[in-house]
Parts: sequence; structure tokens; C-alpha cells
Amino acid sequence: MPKSIPADSVGLVAPQTAHFDEPIELVCGQTLPHFDLIYETYGKLNAKRDNALLFCHALSGDHHAAGYHSMEDRKPGWWDGYIGPGKAFDTRRYFVVCPNNLGGCKGSTGPNTINPKTGKFYGPDFPLFTVKDWVNSQKQLMDSIGINQWAAVVGGSLGGMQVLQWAIDYPDKLRHALVIAAAPRLSAQNIGFNEVARQAILSDPEFHGGHYYEHNVVPRRGLMLARMLGHITYLSDDAMRAQFGRDLQTGRLSYDFDVQFQVESYLRHQGSSFVERFDANTYLLMTKALDYFDPAADFEGGLAEALSQTVAKFLVISFTSDWRFAPSRSTEIVKALTDAQRQVSYAEVESSEGHDAFLLPNSYYTDVLNAYMAGV
Amino acid sequence: MPTWPGFDAMSLLRSDLVIIKEWITPGSRVLDLGCGNGALLHALHKERQVEGYGLEINPKNIVSCLQLGVNVIQSDLDKGLDDFDDQTFDYVIMTQTLQAVHFPDHLLQEVLRVGKQGIVTFPNFAYWKNRIQLGLQGKMPVSRALPSQWYETHNIHLCTVKDFQQLCRARNIKIQEKVILDHAHRASAPITFLPNLLGQIAIYRCQRDE
Repeated sequence: MPKSIPADSVGLVAPQTAHFDEPIELVCGQTLPHFDLIYETYGKLNAKRDNALLFCHALSGDHHAAGYHSMEDRKPGWWDGYIGPGKAFDTRRYFVVCPNNLGGCKGSTGPNTINPKTGKFYGPDFPLFTVKDWVNSQKQLMDSIGINQWAAVVGGSLGGMQVLQWAIDYPDKLRHALVIAAAPRLSAQNIGFNEVARQAILSDPEFHGGHYYEHNVVPRRGLMLARMLGHITYLSDDAMRAQFGRDLQTGRLSYDFDVQFQVESYLRHQGSSFVERFDANTYLLMTKALDYFDPAADFEGGLAEALSQTVAKFLVISFTSDWRFAPSRSTEIVKALTDAQRQVSYAEVESSEGHDAFLLPNSYYTDVLNAYMAGV
Repeated sequence: MPTWPGFDAMSLLRSDLVIIKEWITPGSRVLDLGCGNGALLHALHKERQVEGYGLEINPKNIVSCLQLGVNVIQSDLDKGLDDFDDQTFDYVIMTQTLQAVHFPDHLLQEVLRVGKQGIVTFPNFAYWKNRIQLGLQGKMPVSRALPSQWYETHNIHLCTVKDFQQLCRARNIKIQEKVILDHAHRASAPITFLPNLLGQIAIYRCQRDE
């Protein structure tokens, strides 16, 4: 809980909700008759309406990117280190927009909201959406706020994939694309991890085919396992070694299956706290959106051809110890962009903190963002 | 351009810059290997409407390039130019970088695979003041063009004007133009006769000899 709001914080913020009454047709062929997007904004839209930044969140992120909802909040928004007055994404200069994605569980229309056709929760009937659908829905939000062109679209991990999709689908709607710790599509290993996470949820007896809301339960164990597995992939071997090593909770082995190693305790804590703040159906759908993402698939010439129609200037950033989306995945994007003769810069940030590094403080990362944003 | 301690990047760059700029056709596509703080690409973009990228390994330089709005790609030249297809740039430029890479021979050939023309500059190790320091004083040369002590220099493959031309001949590389500069970075008349003795900085424009 902040005793007082730090000077470089956007301060106390409150989300807003945009309603969209027109049906939205999804890539899977299904249509949502209407939908809501919950979003936060920081800073002020200028008179020319050309200083807006769109932030796209990652798998378990939401619209609360910076600041605090109340003085009781334990932590600020997920990218507070980089969004605020005087920070890399300086809210004195930019108007920041961050929505919770369609299908999310934090207030945008998703599996845990009411299906108007049935009067019940969507649950498992919520259509399988894709990164493309997200971008289309974000475009509607853009229009409703009255922004004609984003100064930049920014995102890390799954958020970075949305940035790529934006640049491909709406080339003239953004001037800069910041693709951080992302990949042009998932590898078999990535999909493998996602599938294990999904099976953990699907096989939880409390899942009830996705209708767990009506049973007043949540597939707690499944979602917890999914998150524990995911969390390992967000950290690096070195970071885990440094943070936990083989340290024991009680100082001695107990020869049973209780928590003994500190890493076990940490993962269980991460898993159980995730259950409190996330919805299992959303997790299933989000991992599927990740698996399906492959913008090159629509183009015969692959990624370079997909990107050849983009006009945005790109900044691609990777982190050395990230093995979920390793630097080589980012250089695939860079290669496609240089092959397509697009404007691109690339920084590979030295970090021991794995995939999570894109959310954490790092002086080179900060310098790169500051230097780049000075020209946005 | 690498930033070595005491390295006077700007004064050296200016003389490189003026000559290289003259050689480059406006509107061409350029790849600058070891682009340093991005000053050359920035100037080429502003004054010659050049598009392209700089490759650089040093994080401080990457940040400088980004500040200038230069497209910079963090990469290690010792890993080659595999990410670039054949003949995709009009010029591949390598200023004061050749002597600092592990495989200058291989990189030079990569330059001419990726670029239609290559522009290479390096400090001439056979410059007379270097010869005096090595030959008479018995010490590794230290000068404005070679500012670092032997134990901290990035230069691991220093060569001379003669050496470079020999390598070009051996690899079927045609030198189209060369400028050798003296210590004041002028191309004075005596240098034409004794480039390997009087020249401190060598600048070459070359291409594959078909």
C-alpha cells in the first residue's frame, strides 16, 4: 500500500467502460452481438489528438497498467515502472490508453460476463477469439475515443503480438510499433506448455465443462497448476537459482510431499494468488489466442510479406535470458522487417530475469525506451 | 565507430564522412557495420536521403543511435551477416571496424555479398609515426587513430594499406576508389606517392570483380 503517491506515478486512477452496440464478427466465424471494453487512460489527449499511445497487455495482464486504484492497493499497475510523469512513456507528453482485452476477466466482455442470448454466464460458450479480433475491437475503442492515429502501439509478450497485428492490419493507424519480448508465432515448445496448462484446467473436476460459475466453484487446482507451470517459463534458470537456490522452508528435509523447498512455496503462492484474480475460461482462451497467432500464415511470402505493407517505424526489444520468447524469436521479426525494407531498430537487453524482464526495472532497457520515445 | 577511451570519434568521423558522403548516390540503401553513435547514417539520411540500418554491438552506441532516430540493430558482426540477403544494399559501409572483428577476411566478403559496393576505412598501421614508435622506440603505437594501449584496444587485426590491397587482389575484390589521409586528415600530394608511409587513415570503395 502506498503511504503517499510517488511523484512519478500517474496517481489514483479509475477505469472506464466503452459499450459497443454493433455486432463484432470474429475470425472463428462467430459474432458477439455487442460488447464492452474496460480501459484506463493516463495523461491528456492533445488538441491535435496525435499523442495517444495504445498499450496491449500480455496473457495475464489487464487494463490497469499504471497508478493505483486506491490507497489500499498493495502494488501499482503492471507497467508502472515505465508509465508516468517523467518515465519512458511520459504521461506529461502522451495520452495512454490501455484496455482489458475482449475475452478478459477484468470487466471487458468475456466468459465471466452474461451472454445476452441465455441470460447466463458465457462460460465455455464464449467464442474462441484471436489476436486479430483483439486488434479489431481495440480499433473500435480507438474510434470511440476519437483518435485517428496512434503515436505508438506498445506491448510485451502477447502484447507485442498485438502490436505486430496492428501494424499489419491497420498500417496507417500507427506511427510507431514497439514489439517487446515477443515472437512472430509460437514454437512447438511454447504450444506444448500452453497445452499442459489447459489440460490442468480442463481435467480439474471443479471445471464442470466451463460452467463452474453456476456451481459456485472455481477449478482452483487446475488454474493454479497452469499458473505455476507458466510462471517457471517466465523466469530464467539463473533467476530461480539466485532467488531460491535449494533453500528449505524449515531448514531440513521432512520426507513427505509438503512444501519444503522455497521455490515450491513461491510457486504455490503464485498459483493460488492467481486463482483469486483470474478466470480459468479466460486463461484457456488466451492461451489459444497465443497458439493461433501467426500473421505470416495469411501471406504466401511469409512474415516479410506480411510486414511489407506496414508503414510504422518499429522498435523490437528482447532480453538475453528470456527462453519463452528468446532473442532469436525477436530477430526473426527484425529480419522480416529488414527484408521488407521497413524501418526498424533492435535492442537485445542483458538481463538474468527471463521473460518477466520486460516488466522489471533495467537501466539499459529504460535508456533504449527513453531514447526511442524522444523521437515519437 | 567503436568508442574506445580517448577516441576522438567526431574529428575522425568528419573526415571520413565528407569523403564517404561524396561517394554515395542520393537515395541509396546503406548498411553501416559498426555504426557507432549513428552520426554517419544520420548525416547520410539528412543530406543524401539514404535509407538503411546500422549494426552495432555497444549498448551506449545503440542508445545514441536511437536518440538520433537512426535505425540501429544490435548485433555481433563476428556472427556474420546471415540475416541479410545477397545484394540487398547499394553500399555496405565499415568505418574503423575491419580491424576490430575476428574474421576481417570473411566479413569483407560478406560486405560484398550483401552490398553492391563496399566502403571500408581503417587506420593504416604502417603510418610513419607508428613505424617510429614500433621500430625505434620498440613500443606498440598509440596515436589519435590508435588511441588505446595494447592491453585495452579493440583492434585485433590491424593492417596496412599494402596488406589490405593484397587481400583485395587475393579475393578478387576490385578497388574502385581510394583516399589515404595524413595525420591532419588531408589527402595531400606526397601521400599519392607514399600512401603506406604517410597515410594515417585509409578509405576504400570496392566491389566484387566479376
